[in-house]
Amino acid sequence: MPLHRTTPEGYPVLFAQGNEACVYGAIHAGCNFFAGYPITPSTEITEGMAREMPRFNGIFIQMEDEIASIGAVIGASAAGAVAMSATSGPGFSLMQENIGYAYMVQLPLVIVNVQRAGPSTGLPTKLSQGDTMQARWGTHGDYTAIVVAAATVQETYNVTIRAFQLAERFSTPVVVLLDELIGHMREKLVLKEIKRLTPVQRTFPKIPPEWYFPYKEPLDMVAHPAPVGEGFRYSMTGLIHDKSGFPTAIPSEVNHRMEILKNKIMMHCQDIWNWKEHYTEDAKYLIVAYGSAARAARGAVETLRNRRIRVGLIDLKTIWPFPYRPLPQIAEKAKTKRVFVAENNMGQLIHPVREALPQNIKVHGIRRYDGYSLDPYEIVQLVKEKIYA
Amino acid sequence: MTPQKRTGTQQHSPQQGLERLNIRISGSGGQGVISTGMLLGEALAIGDGKNVSQSQSYGPEARGGATRADIIVSDGEIYFPECNRLDILVAFTYEAYEKYAIEVKAEGLVLADEQAVDVLVGNATTLQMPFLELAVKKFKRSITANMIALGFLATFTKIVSKHALRDVVQEQFAGTKYEELNIKALEQGFRLGVKHGRKKK
Repeated sequence: MPLHRTTPEGYPVLFAQGNEACVYGAIHAGCNFFAGYPITPSTEITEGMAREMPRFNGIFIQMEDEIASIGAVIGASAAGAVAMSATSGPGFSLMQENIGYAYMVQLPLVIVNVQRAGPSTGLPTKLSQGDTMQARWGTHGDYTAIVVAAATVQETYNVTIRAFQLAERFSTPVVVLLDELIGHMREKLVLKEIKRLTPVQRTFPKIPPEWYFPYKEPLDMVAHPAPVGEGFRYSMTGLIHDKSGFPTAIPSEVNHRMEILKNKIMMHCQDIWNWKEHYTEDAKYLIVAYGSAARAARGAVETLRNRRIRVGLIDLKTIWPFPYRPLPQIAEKAKTKRVFVAENNMGQLIHPVREALPQNIKVHGIRRYDGYSLDPYEIVQLVKEKIYA
Repeated sequence: MTPQKRTGTQQHSPQQGLERLNIRISGSGGQGVISTGMLLGEALAIGDGKNVSQSQSYGPEARGGATRADIIVSDGEIYFPECNRLDILVAFTYEAYEKYAIEVKAEGLVLADEQAVDVLVGNATTLQMPFLELAVKKFKRSITANMIALGFLATFTKIVSKHALRDVVQEQFAGTKYEELNIKALEQGFRLGVKHGRKKK
């Protein structure tokens, strides 16, 4: 651990990058398996894990590519490990097929995507939020993703821990969506969960193996398949399966499986949704953003408030499932007239925002996609332009 | 060099009178630009207990290309981690100097390397310092220029305490063969800063 001091409560304080915060978050959450392939701008996570995993009796493997990485992570998770991988846009594309598999066989795992400008190799050292939709719709077929985001180094640490908890709770892959600015930025980081947290641990079924059905859902609809190699024999397949894990094509069973997979997340939205509000109580104009765009928007909001313009900010910490219900509620309470969606891409987050809000609220996009972060001044100008138009 | 009371046009803090400094270290990839930013940020944040946000921008190549590290120091919360209006600019190449000198506030300070920068632009006070020359002459390694600049910054502008910087550098290079070299270069920078600080008065 680099130079650090401790807070009065005894927590270590570091000056660390977002990527390093992610590593500490994973370790404190109980992660004990990492497989990945280094890619800018997420390399520091892989480096950090290579350094730290052996010290915590974990396993680190550098794989030959991202397809193999996610494969290894799925295998480790199936065997009971608390597993994770980290990548950026190009690697995230390669992982998509297997993310669908993990979703179908209901295995908890965490994938960190430190976004860079794309498509293809794009701009490796510049930022973007172009994977907002890929994180939601990347793999094929109907599925429901959990995607969390962070806007500061401290939040990256907290959100990584939360991602592991969500993955375990819902037995599904969870994506942590960061961007280059947050990943490479250094800020003060307090390791608050260093002792307090109970690390994530896999649960074991309490019934005899011969009675065991891996995908028989309890009341909260979340099945936790037993770790393989512990005496519970079952089939694990990407084909749509019944409660025993064997393939099925009976419409009622197919419907049941599809609905369970969706509803186990959608019925618990209240527990997953998370956002931060700034000046929303009387916000005639509202900015919605996440990650580095939210940092820029925060600067803009402070400037606009200084000029007595009633602007508020919703800084999303959970992007998917999108907060469809809270957003219009906040807008209605504040009697919002216009909503601005600030993002470092050509307009992705704007779609669910538009969908969630009633027709009488106008939605405008504030976009930048040249590899540099949105500037607070830029946002101020655009907001004023629309307001006084 | 007194810290600016007002923040840049694009980044107002709601509480008036909060002290905020925008510092940029710039140069070419491989000169230790980002390391310098990181060490300065760490000294300010951990050593001096300030609120610091350090971001950076560099090209896809490992060597060469324009590289910069931004350090924002504030008593209050830092909303946006990048800055446009600079209080202090340190430039190791002419390319970087030319690009960023115009972003320095009129009351700001530019520290440019004597060898790299000969034609001056912008209104800000510019000091041409022999960072690279000293690095080669005293330590036979041009890479130590960043440490000399860091030391100079500490004693000349007094934005960061000497002991915090020394701690951070020592910690960073502890156990490597560069520990002594970097500390020596830093001390050299301290002396250079003291010398010029006196001259100014």
